[in-house]
Amino acid sequence: MKEYFSKYVTLRKHNLSVAWKKAKRSKMCYAFLAPYAILFTLFYILPVCTSIFFSFTYYNILESPRFIGLQNYISLILEDDIFLMAIKNTFMIAVITGPLGYIMSFLFAWLINELPRWVRSVAVVVFYAPSIAGNCYVIFSVFFRGDAYGYVNAFLMNLGIIDTPILWFINPTYMLPICMIVILWMSLGTGFLSFVAGLQGVDKSQFEAGYMDGIKNRWQELWYITLPNMKPMLMFGAVMSITQAFGVCDVTMALCGYPSTDYAARTVVTHLFDYGYSRFEMGYASAIATLLFLIMILCNKAIQSMLRRVGT
Amino acid sequence: MSLKKKKEVQEKAPKKPLIKRRKPNRSVWGDFFLYLFLAFVALVMAFPIIYAVNSALKPLDELFMFPPKIFAQNPTMDNFSDLFVTMGKSWVTFSRYLFNTVFITAVGTAGHLIVASMGAFVLAKYEFPGGQGFFKLVTVAMMFSGYVTAIPNYLILNALGWIDTYWAIVIPAFASPMGLFLMKQFMEGLPTSLIEAAKIDGANEWKVFAGIVMPNVKPAWMTLIIFSVQALWNNKAATFIYSEEKKTLVYALQQIQAGGIARTGQGAAVLVVLMIVPIAIFVFSESQILETMASSGLKD
Repeated sequence: MKEYFSKYVTLRKHNLSVAWKKAKRSKMCYAFLAPYAILFTLFYILPVCTSIFFSFTYYNILESPRFIGLQNYISLILEDDIFLMAIKNTFMIAVITGPLGYIMSFLFAWLINELPRWVRSVAVVVFYAPSIAGNCYVIFSVFFRGDAYGYVNAFLMNLGIIDTPILWFINPTYMLPICMIVILWMSLGTGFLSFVAGLQGVDKSQFEAGYMDGIKNRWQELWYITLPNMKPMLMFGAVMSITQAFGVCDVTMALCGYPSTDYAARTVVTHLFDYGYSRFEMGYASAIATLLFLIMILCNKAIQSMLRRVGT
Repeated sequence: MSLKKKKEVQEKAPKKPLIKRRKPNRSVWGDFFLYLFLAFVALVMAFPIIYAVNSALKPLDELFMFPPKIFAQNPTMDNFSDLFVTMGKSWVTFSRYLFNTVFITAVGTAGHLIVASMGAFVLAKYEFPGGQGFFKLVTVAMMFSGYVTAIPNYLILNALGWIDTYWAIVIPAFASPMGLFLMKQFMEGLPTSLIEAAKIDGANEWKVFAGIVMPNVKPAWMTLIIFSVQALWNNKAATFIYSEEKKTLVYALQQIQAGGIARTGQGAAVLVVLMIVPIAIFVFSESQILETMASSGLKD
């Protein structure tokens, strides 16, 4: 056992010295990477670490942080009803809009792939525009206006389905579904672009080989040829849509108000803003941020291990 | 005969016979219904944007007409000129807001392009201890959104003394993980022999980077630029900047938008002003962006 251990130590030492020598020789690489690495550490790694640190403290910016152990997490999960509601809403939105948006991105990218070149360019702009159109989503508040002049209300009343206008953004029953529609409208984002580009890069000779081997229709072609070729893009798209799905707050805040009626449209990020920027309970807000971070990372890892099995 | 097929005949007939163009395992009716469906979805996707643009062009009486019309009957630019009048009466001038946003967007994007490309260059083309690990960290950073780090970022910027300066928005934008990721993936496609040839000719690393690698990855520039512009142009930055004269255009415009029913027309004009820049950049650089995104896959 001792012999084994000492061998292990020598091996590690050797590896380290090799790495050190290599590192000395590639000083230039570090010089090139340094500006990015420093900024990245400062604004991405350090914040995550401080967030984890502050989540174990009581901190309100004015007084210095006081260590309180797991108290923040305990009150979050056991005492804060609104947080549980926020978690429930966020998961509802993520579980519905995440996969649906992802499938939509792929489906439309795949369908427009066979169009002639100029039609495809136009189609990409049409599908991608909502996700980069600033805060254009507030136009939905005109469609879903609460009085009889709102388009949807007027339409439904003309059809005789309802007889009084529905207060879409004030009635808790309708808030989340409408927010989901808006989020879906905006969900063809970066992942969609990645899919469009990836589909154009699939090797044409594979399709020809497919015809020879008797692939009968486009669905078989999709499953046996296209999807396995698209695996790296599928991974990338998944990362994008998960991150987006759990970070929802702009749409709900703009459409349903902040705070919304009965907190029906509260998400984890809205809760974070409430405690961080309105109440200055930084420790508590950090605990929320840490939980959100863990949820996002775990979800991404789980989905990635699932996607690894596509087409194999 | 489906629409798509007709188009193909019109377009491609002089060059190639029709039979070669069609994939042999496609049914005509399948094509027809799929593209009909696609056209319908495209209409639904485009409708809110078309509506927003038309609202901005409607005169006041049409805005509140019932039943409402989608297209403006007598399009005017009144809403836009009203917007400038409203902005002109504010304490901080419109040009100052515009300058703030343009300055933040331009400096942030340029810095991000240079810093991220330098990092991506060595990560893609050289092997050195820690390089792989660092890149893994960057991909993990893409998996959580900026909201997670919002509060600690505030504390860090505060410690640096950058609160209420442009740097609070500009400098963190340099380090966006997405840019480095896309740049690195794209640079991996460059032939290594190109770099080696330059080295044999006696170019140092900086010359290789600035003279050979950067001109060859121009499509990736556009991609980094659009993602960065999109993030910075829409940055309200309300939590980092307090002085009114340093606030961004988006912030000022959204104040106008919040002005209630009397500002409906101006609000629509604001929407158009805000969306026009990112969409215009995307339209002009679409093919380059798609070229970059082709190498965006996450391999492991």
